[in-house]
Amino acid sequence: MISKDDIKKLADLARIEIEDSELEGLAKEVDSILGYVGQIKSVVGNVGFPSPDQGEGQGGVLNVMREDENPNESGAYTKELLAEAPETERGFIKVKKIL
Amino acid sequence: MNLSELTIKKARELLDSKQLSAIDLAKYYLKNIEEKNKDLNVYLEVFSDVIKQAEDAQKIINKGEAKELTGIPLAIKDNILIKGRKVSAASKILENYTATYDATVIKKLKEEGAVFLGRTNMDEFAMGGSTENSAFGVTKNPYDLERVAGGSSGGSAVAVAADIAMASLGSDTGGSVREPASFCGVLGLKPTYGSVSRYGLMAMGSSLDVIGPIAKTISDTEIIFNAIKGVDKMDSTSIEMESRILNPESRTIGVPYHLMNQEGISLDVKKNFEESVEKLKNLGFEIINISLPNIDKSLAVYYIIMPAEVSSNMARYDGVKYGLREDGDPSTPLGAGNLLDVYKKTRGKGFGKEVRRRIILGTYVLSTGYYDAYYGKALQVRRIIKDEFAQAFKKVDAILTPTTPSPAFKIGEKSDPLEMYLADIFTVTANIVGCPAISLPSGFAEIDGKKLPLGIQLTVPHMDEDILFNIGKKFLNE
Repeated sequence: MISKDDIKKLADLARIEIEDSELEGLAKEVDSILGYVGQIKSVVGNVGFPSPDQGEGQGGVLNVMREDENPNESGAYTKELLAEAPETERGFIKVKKIL
Repeated sequence: MNLSELTIKKARELLDSKQLSAIDLAKYYLKNIEEKNKDLNVYLEVFSDVIKQAEDAQKIINKGEAKELTGIPLAIKDNILIKGRKVSAASKILENYTATYDATVIKKLKEEGAVFLGRTNMDEFAMGGSTENSAFGVTKNPYDLERVAGGSSGGSAVAVAADIAMASLGSDTGGSVREPASFCGVLGLKPTYGSVSRYGLMAMGSSLDVIGPIAKTISDTEIIFNAIKGVDKMDSTSIEMESRILNPESRTIGVPYHLMNQEGISLDVKKNFEESVEKLKNLGFEIINISLPNIDKSLAVYYIIMPAEVSSNMARYDGVKYGLREDGDPSTPLGAGNLLDVYKKTRGKGFGKEVRRRIILGTYVLSTGYYDAYYGKALQVRRIIKDEFAQAFKKVDAILTPTTPSPAFKIGEKSDPLEMYLADIFTVTANIVGCPAISLPSGFAEIDGKKLPLGIQLTVPHMDEDILFNIGKKFLNE
């Protein structure tokens, strides 16, 4: 059973502020969803994790690598990207003090 | 000229033979938008330069250099980036965000000379099946304004159904193109995973997401799919489609009848499905009863893998790089500048209820102690379901189910999130296994004196979209 405290802890981990008044409802909903998805535990057969050799379309997971080359010209996108940041200073995105 | 019956194919002929100008075509849709958008809430924004875009398209046509989509007015879901235009994913956290680059699909459509009418409403960050989770109001179903359009690509489906765009783009993570298409009586294609680049599509479930077209006919669906597909160096999961020679004998369709006995499938859907099966038999298809023993676990697998990926993908919205920023609590020791507080308040205020719920669920299934039981197990069951599909496709060319367990439901009817999730029961499987699937209009249910559209769904092996188009054309007599 998921408690209000569990939800509070998960919300903290996910960096989301949740009103106290919402905690109980959310705990009930998450609990009911987990109850439903828990049915997968009844599926028998341990197939192990998909391995790279199983390839595309077969459920395999593979890394796709590329050479680190042809970088953008410095500053090519700076103006547009900075325009979307909430706070900037001298061509940088400004971050809050953490110390 | 009656433009309401117009398809992309027909419009192409009229535009190229100069019987219709791209400008008049754009004006037709702008007029329809003016008349209908207020009631239906389809467009979050109608672009101010539609006529200018149409004029540019007309110049290309006049030079005799028109491509398939030159001058064709399209609606674009609000989670696909068009450089210099606002794009919000129907979320408060991105309400004032302007795209800094073009999505690959947009780049391709611009090269075609397509005209973008505007950005369409959706469930916030594509999380939902009704557009009720939009931060900017629900989209109404044109067949009954008291009912939902479906979702998450509800705006894109209604745009086509209500004739306020010729076709549109949506995105499909668990049925978000097919379900609204079915609720609105139009066609919706979820292509093979990786066939269409995800670059510039706001990520939801990265192993599930794919962009797909919504249109009035199979030919139109095919035209848009061919225009947007292709390998892309900006998306490492994109693939080149192998060109396949269609098996002319591809005439067997499997039906997992055991799925039809589940709870919650409406009688209207069952009846219409049987009629559709009969119709396919009469068209010469062989219908085979198949068994997919673990397909009924697809929804459970989906609601573990998807929130896990959501919780990772949503981490980027932090109030620092772009989007909404809420200041911290000034009464705390670090004051308004407390970074942790900025994160929590920005995300708490900026995300709607369903997005927050899925992030929390995803955080849970990925956390130490629960990872193996939920996420790890879900990956294994995903493999098992994929294998079952591969086995089934040795016997049949396509798999047929209804698209949804019921026609469009009433706005506000499904208040419990789990109940809402069950509407995805038939659609999530194609995303779990990565196969292409299409929803085709198959008739109507009559409820409270209103005709509500129903749809059937065909699923085929990876990269076999041509089989979908082939069967679809026969079924729709196209």
